[in-house]
Amino acid sequence: MDILTFSTLIFSGSLIAGFLGALTGLGGGVVIVPLLTLGFGVDIRYAIGASLVSVIATSSGAAAAYVKEGFSNIRLGMFLEMATTFGAFIGAGVAALISTQVIAIIFGLVLLYSAYLSFRGHEPDPYDENDAPDFFAHSFHLDGSYPDGHAAVPYHVHHVPTGFSLMFLAGGLSGLLGIGSGAVKVLAMDQAMQVPFKVSTTTSNFMIGVTAAASAGVYLSRGYIDPGLAMPVMLGVVVGALLGSKVLTNSKPKLLRVLFAGIILILGIEMIYNGMTGRI
Amino acid sequence: MTEKKHAISDEKIDGIISILLRVGVAISSVTVFCGGVVYLMRHGGESPGYHIFVGEPAQFRTIPGAAKMAEAFYGRGIIQLGLLLLIATPIMRVVFTVFSFLFQKDRVYVGVTLIVLCVLLFSLAGGR
Repeated sequence: MDILTFSTLIFSGSLIAGFLGALTGLGGGVVIVPLLTLGFGVDIRYAIGASLVSVIATSSGAAAAYVKEGFSNIRLGMFLEMATTFGAFIGAGVAALISTQVIAIIFGLVLLYSAYLSFRGHEPDPYDENDAPDFFAHSFHLDGSYPDGHAAVPYHVHHVPTGFSLMFLAGGLSGLLGIGSGAVKVLAMDQAMQVPFKVSTTTSNFMIGVTAAASAGVYLSRGYIDPGLAMPVMLGVVVGALLGSKVLTNSKPKLLRVLFAGIILILGIEMIYNGMTGRI
Repeated sequence: MTEKKHAISDEKIDGIISILLRVGVAISSVTVFCGGVVYLMRHGGESPGYHIFVGEPAQFRTIPGAAKMAEAFYGRGIIQLGLLLLIATPIMRVVFTVFSFLFQKDRVYVGVTLIVLCVLLFSLAGGR
């Protein structure tokens, strides 16, 4: 196989990943690394570098649309980015210290967790009116409001220390695995901090690009980002995500979501298996 | 500052951030595409070697290095420059946010945003 064929195949695979990721709302980044390592035999370090770059592209593209709608909470996002960027920087550093097998196994576990979350679907916000107002939410002005028709619906942010710690973990996984960690970010805001679902998904998306940029520098100086490989991956994911967002903007087709979650589940098992048998 | 004034400036800031992100992704995608065309025209017939990790050569690991390679019209240099522009996009957004909080006289958030910016720049400098 020559480079032209190789690039075309990777472009096509990334396009499908970006398309399905945008359609299902699961993000395409999480399947890029398994696609490259399991499908094309690429070393996981090159795969992580290429995946991280594509994550920045899709997150920035999607955030451009979300920010304008007024759902994302910029103060909350900035506050939590202190945790995610620091976590990402540490995670990217850890990636150089542990073996590729261990990275593959951790990656597989994250895939299993993402599949579980999407099979389960979105639970109602665990909002409790009696929860005491959070000290940090108050002193850092984290509470906000989101548009609902013509009215602005106010909301409070709870359990900031728990959310902040989970965000550090999300950043660490992002830096270690070259993914957006959107699932962990939504978990932190949705479940722990009790932010409304729409606000937490859009704010999380807004944060992913900045988080990924924090580990990109480390990856670049270690030589993980290969232009020849990152080029078809990035262009494929960007075109795919653009097509996906044009096809459907509001409804998330349930069947497609379950199908994509199924693919993620299988890839997760395969990553763990390959990691354990030392084939990665 | 009244509530109304605050809301308007927030909205304006959101609009500018949105445009900034779109332009950044568009410019970097076009650059990567152009570099890709040059790269595939010159090296499309060779065989890829990503099975074994050797790491990128030194000139692709730093910003001045990639810029120099792009200037010399190497396909891979142009792609790497496009990727650097992409990485710079969220960083520029943070820089812009520092100014918008300065403009709103929100000192706490000028500090928060500067901390985030420092981590980003430290990482881009290679963690040294």
